[in-house]
Parts: sequence; C-alpha cells; structure tokens
Amino acid sequence: MPLYLNDEQTMLRDTTRDFVAEHAPVSHMRALRDAKDVTGFSRDLWKSFAEMGFTGILIGEDQGGLGLGHVEAGVVLEEIGRNLSPSPFLSTAVAAVEALKGSAQAERWFPGIIAGETVAALAIDEAAKHRGTVAMKAERSGNGFKLSGRKQFVTHGHIADLIIVAARTAGSADDEQGITLFAVDKSAANLTSEAERLADSSLAARLTFDGVEVDADAVIGEVDAGSDPLNRLLRAGRTGASAELLGVGGGAMDLTVNYLKERKQFGATIGSFQALQHRAAHLYSEMEVARAAVLKAAQLLDEGDEKADAAVSVAKAMTALATTLSVQEGVQMHGGIGMTDEYDIGFYMKRARVLAEMFGDANFHADRLALAAGY
Amino acid sequence: MTDLDTFRTETRAWLAANCPPEMREPVRSEKDATWGGRNPDFQPGQKEWMDAMASRGWTVPDWPKAYGGGGLSPAETKILREELAAIKARNPLNSFGISMLGPALLKYGTEEQKLEHLPKIARGEIRWCQGYSEPNAGSDLASLATSAEDKGDYYLVNGQKVWTSYADKADWIFCLVRTDKTNKQGGISFVLFDMASEGVSTKPILLISGYSPFCETFFDNVKVPKANRIHDENKGWDVAKYLLGHEREMISGMGLASTGRNPLIDGAIATVGLDHDGKLADPLLRASIALFEVRAKAFGMMSERFIDELKAGRAHPAQPSMMKYYGTELNKSRYELMMAAGGSDSLEWESERSSGGGAARAWLRTKANSIEGGTSEIQLNIIAKRILDLPSA
Repeated sequence: MPLYLNDEQTMLRDTTRDFVAEHAPVSHMRALRDAKDVTGFSRDLWKSFAEMGFTGILIGEDQGGLGLGHVEAGVVLEEIGRNLSPSPFLSTAVAAVEALKGSAQAERWFPGIIAGETVAALAIDEAAKHRGTVAMKAERSGNGFKLSGRKQFVTHGHIADLIIVAARTAGSADDEQGITLFAVDKSAANLTSEAERLADSSLAARLTFDGVEVDADAVIGEVDAGSDPLNRLLRAGRTGASAELLGVGGGAMDLTVNYLKERKQFGATIGSFQALQHRAAHLYSEMEVARAAVLKAAQLLDEGDEKADAAVSVAKAMTALATTLSVQEGVQMHGGIGMTDEYDIGFYMKRARVLAEMFGDANFHADRLALAAGY
Repeated sequence: MTDLDTFRTETRAWLAANCPPEMREPVRSEKDATWGGRNPDFQPGQKEWMDAMASRGWTVPDWPKAYGGGGLSPAETKILREELAAIKARNPLNSFGISMLGPALLKYGTEEQKLEHLPKIARGEIRWCQGYSEPNAGSDLASLATSAEDKGDYYLVNGQKVWTSYADKADWIFCLVRTDKTNKQGGISFVLFDMASEGVSTKPILLISGYSPFCETFFDNVKVPKANRIHDENKGWDVAKYLLGHEREMISGMGLASTGRNPLIDGAIATVGLDHDGKLADPLLRASIALFEVRAKAFGMMSERFIDELKAGRAHPAQPSMMKYYGTELNKSRYELMMAAGGSDSLEWESERSSGGGAARAWLRTKANSIEGGTSEIQLNIIAKRILDLPSA
C-alpha cells in the first residue's frame, strides 16, 4: 500500500476538516473552558460525531459501524487535534472499541457508542508516568470479581458510562501475564472518581476502586489473558494519540507560519528573516517525518502486520518530539502575544503536553524500541 | 502465477547464478565500490558482476532498452531491488552518470546525445564527474564564472572548478559554463566534454579524513564542440536544477536505506556491554541512541512515503530539499554516536585493527553531507520559500 492517503481517505479528510473546523474550532474549546464546563466536552457535538458516522468508524458494518480502519480514525483525530476539539473520540471510538472488538461485551456497548450516547474511559495508568504496571487487584468473589486499587489520568473518567479497567488476577505488578481487562459500568458501587482539570483545561479523573463488584461477564476476552485486548487498546490509543498530536503540531505550525507572513518588525515581515525561515523550515521537516510515521503505523495496524507494534512506538515518540518543537517554536516566534491567554497558540502547547504524556511519552517509547532491539 | 511472480522467480534464479560470491560481502572500504570507466581498478568479481548486470540492462533497470537500460516497469524494478537486497548484493556500478547525468540526459538530451552517452553509462565504460562548484560559486552556484566563448562550431572554455568528485579518475565531465556574462542564471550552459581534452588538468584536494576524493579542475583554452551542449544555449540552469534534485535524492538516502538492526547498536554493545537487565551499560549513550533510532526509523518511513509520492506524481517539487536536509543531518548524528560508542578504539587512524581508521575517516566524511549538493542552509532556504511560501527579504 503506498504511503499516502488514497482517494476515499482524502475525501474523508476533506469532509472531516470542514466539519470539525465548523463545529468545533478552537473557540469551541475556549468557550467550554470559560464556562468552567464540568463535562469536558459538548454532548451535542458528540451526537453530531455520531450522525457523521465517526463514532462507529472502527466498528464493523455488520455491527452497525463504518467498518473503516486506523488510517481513517487517524484522519479524524488529526482534525480533532488541529482544532483542539474536546471529544471522547479517542478513548471511546478508538481505544475502547479496539479493546471490546470480538468480545461478548461488544454487543452490549457498541450500539450506545455508535449512537453517540455512550462515553468510554480507560483506567490503565496507576502512576504519574505510563509504564504498564498493573497492581490493581481483581479477586474472585461469588459469581464475579471484586476490584481494589487506584487509577489515574483517566480521561472522561468522571462522566464515562463505561470504564475499561486493567486489573491483576495473577502474578505481580510488573508481569505482562496475569492481567484481566474488565468493562465496568459507571453505576458500580464503591467506585469513586475525582475529576481533575489539567493544564489544557481537559478533565481527567483519579478513580478509586474500593472492592467494586463486577459480574464474570464483565471480563473482556479471557481471565488472566487481558494483555491481548489491552495491547490492542494500547496500539490503537497510541496510534490515535499520535494522529491527534500530528494535528496539534500541524495546527500550531500553520498558525505560526501565517503569523510570520503578517507580523512586521524593523520595517519588514518577520517571515523574511533568515533566522526564522530556517527554524520554520526545520520544523516543517520534523512534522513531515512525523506524518510519515503516523500513516505507516496506522497502515501496518490495519494490515495486521507484526511490525505494527514497533511502528506505533516510532509514531508516538516521533509525534511527541515534532509537536513539542512545533508548539515551542510557535510560542517563541509569536513573541509576547504567544504568551497571552487571548491568543490560541498557548492552547496548542498545553494540549501537546497532555497528548505527549498519554499512553507513554517519547522516552517511554524510545526505551521500548531499544528493549525490543536488544539493548 | 502472475507475470510479476514469474519475473521474481526468474530474477532470483538469474541472480543466484550470476552474482559472484565476492559481491555478496559487505562493503568495507572505498575500494569495494565498482566505478568502471576507461581505466578501471577492479577487485575480484567486480567486473564480472558489472558486466553481467549491464548485459541485462540492470545497472539502470528502469531506463529504456534502447539506451542500455532494462526497460523494467516500476513494479519490476522494485522486485529486482528486493531480490538484490535479499542476497546482499553489492551495487554493480557506482556512477554519477547513472544517478545524476543520466536522468538529465533522458529529459533534456537529443536522441543523438542519448544514444551516444547513455549506453556507455549503463555499461560502465565511461566514468563521469560533475563540474559545478567554483572557488567563488559554491552555495551561490549561479554566480559561476568559467567562460565558454563562442567560436562557431565549438566553445573555448576557460576557468576553474572545485570540489569535482573523482575528477582525476573520471573520463568525461558534465559541466556548467557561462555563455552570457550579462545574465546570472540565464547565462549558463550545460556542456559535456572529455577530460582527456587538451587544456584540462586536475589536482586532488586532501581532506580532513585523509582522503582526496575531490579535486580542483582547471580549463585552459579547452575546445568543446557545440554538439556537446545539452539543451539550449543559456538554458543550462534548468538542466542543473533538475540534476540537483536527483543528486539530493541520492544523498538523502545515504547510509539510511538499510533495514534491520542498526550496526551502531551492535557497535555500542561490543564496546560498553549490556547490564544485567539487558540494557546498554552506559545509560546516557543508550538514551541518545534510542532517541536517534526514533528519528532514523521515522525518516525511513518518510523515505518510503517520498518515493511513493514521487512515483504517483504527488510530491512537492521542493520535497527533495527536505529529504536532503533531514537525511544528511541525521547521518551526521549517526556517525557522532558511532564515534561515541566506539570510544578510543574508533579514534585509531592507521592501525590494522581499525581498518586504517575506517570509523574515524567515515565520521569525518559525513561532515560534508550537509555541505555538498547544496548546504543544509540552502535546503532550508528552499523549503522556507517554495514550500512554506515565506517572503523574500
């Protein structure tokens, strides 16, 4: 498959670009923030995502979805990133859907997701750095399991209808085996959430499971074999977060390059200064390389290629590096105005930092690649 | 079985039968590269391999058969490359004729010029060098001064070129000369001539690596037939720019086309060892290599994307500048890391253990990557103006 978008994918991109820019531009996010909105996104917007079919993008046509792949999901996420649109798309329509695929739980949750009524959250991190540790216990209890432990950085965790939880049914915290993945309903007793507003004004929850009882059928896949659906979730989440980062970095770069063409100092447009031209051209190069990495990861994932996992880490690390550069150069090249709340570029910097941390930062993924290469 | 499957099977069998065992060994030094030409310096196996490939037109597989090429489709060319890589075959012929002049001749040459020069390039009979840079026209190439005076059916060429790679070993030169002093870019012509012509002399330039692949080249009343001019008089800049695009593509891929594990990693493991967790025992070196690998792998994907977009006619015409810039900067950082990983062993300059300072000399060689073929700064200028559309000063 050639490493560029085919005609259908290009059409989807154009449609999505117009749709997101019209319904959820940066001003939409700013308005939610100014209103101290406690949901974290607009449910009306999520409904229109459903009307566009986006919510079922990765769900098979036989189950009422669009039956598309990670390339297409990435196309949508890039536009979400470019417009800084708050949305449960990544956690719900991408990561949770991938985890649920092929399990009995899919039938229960997919219709709500497709309809734009169900929001999913991912309870997988237990520390300030994503590192794959699962200490939360799931002990057999009656007909099901009892979950005890804490999770953090759970985007939409305070309002989600469905919480995908990684817990340990065997082994110790750092073992890859012995993990079981559960689909937990938000109404479960003894589950408490504390929503925290993050730097980018999005909301993430700290969840406490104090003996939360779930039925045996809440298990996604097999008991003790949760690393399979969890890895699916992570690969999809990481690829999606990379695509969103690409959008954030690209959006910031566009703002900056346009500013360079408008702003005058010393009687000249600052974009004519070679010092700034070279930095902008370097930034462009980093973003193009990151773009290739994102598309490659998504294509390999869609092809079920065994090389997908490494490509996903390359994409997540590379987009974090490139987008971090993009937002830093963005603020710097805007000068004083870049530091003001009134101007949008700062929002890009905050969103980039959150996404860079999500599902493992650049160092985590570089380390992962190094371990896989035997050093 | 499709035609392509058949092609693959037959190609594999032919390569197995015709690629000499010496030509499946890794390239260790400059001598291992086959250049051909009138005065070839062949190592065992090199001539057999070059001639075998040339007999099928496979030194230039995608050129038309009429010009000594293989006439292969893009899909067939890709298969041939894959099968060559699978047996780790060495390049049968290194040639500026193939990578630079050939594409320009195919686009701008007359039928007569193509038939005269292309088959000889394909067979490795004539070794070419490039006469572009001059002492006062490096990055500002268009200010070149080597003059070509109109003498009716020939030009009288006078001047000096510099950084002429392998001018002392080349048979012919493709050269930019000034045919109009009043017009900077519009006063340049693109000519070909024999390095054995009267009035041509060369002098090697010793580099920091201890090698002299480059020369100063002097022209003293050299007669160049007008029939050797490619494209119209004073239109040489178009040819030069087209050719530079190909040169940049070639340089951007240097040392980064390989798949599989980076030799840098094995080198680092051999030097500093692994700790009990199986991690490189120098954590900061490990981190530097790991972050470099992220960029190198991503750039490998970018190269794939660039080639796919080129083939589909979707690439921005200035995209080779971005590839050249990123690829060469990356290659330099790879060699910095190689030196850091090798430690004092990699500093040896003459010892047998170090293959005559192979690591240090290769490291120093890469410093030219971001200078030759247009400096990194020139590439950034091109990206800024032609892709980002930033204003001129």
